[in-house]
Amino acid sequence: MTGTLNLVGYGLSAIGPAIATGMIFAAYISGVARQPEARSVLQPIAFLGFALAEALALFGLVLAFVL
Amino acid sequence: MGSLFRLSGEGEGFVPPSSNDFELPPVFGDNAFTTKPIFLVFLSVIVVSVFFLLASRKAAVVPSKLQFAGESIYGFVRNDLARDIIGHEFMRFVPYLFTLFTFVLTNNIFGIVPLLQFPAMSRVSFPYVLAIFTFVVFHYVGIRKQGLGKYLKDIMFMPGVPKPVYILLTPIELATFFLVRPLTLSLRLFANMFAGHLLLLVFILGGDHLFKGVLGLKLLSPFAFAFGIGLTFFEFMVQCLQAYIFTLLTALYIAGALADEH
Repeated sequence: MTGTLNLVGYGLSAIGPAIATGMIFAAYISGVARQPEARSVLQPIAFLGFALAEALALFGLVLAFVL
Repeated sequence: MGSLFRLSGEGEGFVPPSSNDFELPPVFGDNAFTTKPIFLVFLSVIVVSVFFLLASRKAAVVPSKLQFAGESIYGFVRNDLARDIIGHEFMRFVPYLFTLFTFVLTNNIFGIVPLLQFPAMSRVSFPYVLAIFTFVVFHYVGIRKQGLGKYLKDIMFMPGVPKPVYILLTPIELATFFLVRPLTLSLRLFANMFAGHLLLLVFILGGDHLFKGVLGLKLLSPFAFAFGIGLTFFEFMVQCLQAYIFTLLTALYIAGALADEH
């Protein structure tokens, strides 16, 4: 069996952003559930936070291919 | 029993799909400009143009089905993306956002259209170009609105922060605006399309390979195909979501550049 351990490392490093993304959307959903009219205010903030958290996972993906 | 579940017949191994499957040969000629992704991008331009020209021709107060379809996509981008996020100046950016959304969406959906079945955005150069457009647009808008000096000052020295924090904050903010944003915007789209296409390849090619195996494996192959079909619908959802997120983030970046302070 051949392959590269980089991908295993990437899988491990993706756990962090995955949890972060889950927490961001959990907070967004409970915020909207408590105050539905705040949706349009919360949505950009939630997606900006999600984009930042996912950036870390994407750096990992790039490094998994490059290294 | 052992021979029933032995992997493949006579030592022929399964070659799992890899990133090499994305390096398609030229359709004709011997240059790098006649490959399938490039034709798909041209096709998407034609599909989008023809669809919306037909939908907006003969516009009536009581819309036809086609007009309704075109208008609901346009209305979605204009109201839910541009107006809610950018604010009162949104009409200037609707053409760009709308083009971006329909172009990315069409190219993504090509990934599951029978016979085409290749998302052009899984070649990283296409998302790079789109991200460069967005990068230029939102910086240009910010500089035009606030002037170069104030725009850069707002990025580097966020107001309302204790002075010593700037040592840490300024490099992070600079990297965010000039490196992380365009890079992640393009890589997010690329990675999702790449991974999705690879996932479908694994299940479909795996099912095909199992079907060529001994009897026990033949019985398993329908499950692989069924999963492949299920994941195709999942891919459809991801493709729409990624087109939405790409446009949404572009609108957010433009809104950030237009805002008086970040």
